[in-house]
Amino acid sequence: MSKFRKDDKKELPPISTASLPDIVFMLLFFFMVSTTMREVTLKVKIHTPEATELSKLEKKSLVSYIYVGTPLPAYQRVFGSEPRIQLNDQFAKVSDIPDFITAEREARDEAEVPFMVTSLKVDQYTKMGIVSDIKQELRKISALHINYSARQKTKR
Amino acid sequence: MARKIPEIPSASLADIAFMLLIFFLVTTTMDVDSGLERKLPPMPPEEQQDTPPIKERNVFIVLVNARNQLLVEGELTNVDDLREKAKEFMANPNDDPKLPEKTMKNVDFFGNVEVTKGVISLQNDVGTQYGTYIAVQNELVGAINDLRNELAKSKFGKPFESLDKDQQDAIKEIYPSRISEAEPKKVGGK
Repeated sequence: MSKFRKDDKKELPPISTASLPDIVFMLLFFFMVSTTMREVTLKVKIHTPEATELSKLEKKSLVSYIYVGTPLPAYQRVFGSEPRIQLNDQFAKVSDIPDFITAEREARDEAEVPFMVTSLKVDQYTKMGIVSDIKQELRKISALHINYSARQKTKR
Repeated sequence: MARKIPEIPSASLADIAFMLLIFFLVTTTMDVDSGLERKLPPMPPEEQQDTPPIKERNVFIVLVNARNQLLVEGELTNVDDLREKAKEFMANPNDDPKLPEKTMKNVDFFGNVEVTKGVISLQNDVGTQYGTYIAVQNELVGAINDLRNELAKSKFGKPFESLDKDQQDAIKEIYPSRISEAEPKKVGGK
């Protein structure tokens, strides 16, 4: 009768979940695009040193990694506890580096080879002897652009 | 009359998408790799020509031994003081006769300016720890970056990074990044 009667029966309609998959897909695509899968399983323990003057590695596809550190406990029985070099998924010697760099170069487009960067991920307690040997090998094969991997130093 | 095909229920679509989403969330590594960028010198040609001798005042000698101690220009130095010393060496503000010489050079934007002839020489022992080596490299690169930044701010009023390429190149000419690394010595044992 009255114009202002209370409409008890009318409930709040349930929120439509029809768009939920779309939202989730949007998130999914974001993560799929931004993901970089871990390609190698590290067999050496690496705690990179801290530094302040860092520059980012621009093109990930052009970077080849050389890991140096003490082998993980599971591998120490075979490979000892002295720092070792890891290339791709296996332990390597210094003399394997030219082959590794050549293989990395062949996997890339020829035009991109001059822009390739070698990233050295080295544990901070490694002695310089092994690092110098690696640098000499890189010089011999003219992979001159290198990047010493380091973490951002927290400001004190 | 053809029978109507029942619609595929799409209620589980969200669940499937969620499963994929969680998989990618877990496997994602968002960290950006960063590090100190350096250029190695090319291998010297076979018939080694004698490099022209560099005057002693133009060389800033940094030695690191197997115990991770620093000898800078003949003085035992802490890593924290290295940056100031390197900056003083490269800038030589008071034309100290002990610090490097300068030559007049014509640089874009600046006209004729004095450019230092200084070279930083870094030599480490085979037994030096990599962490120390990086700390020293970091300070030396930082010293040059600081000088470039100061110059950029006084000339263009902007930090070095936000200048355009020509301006950056001009500043790089005034403060070149000349860090030479000698072959490591083998003194301190293993």
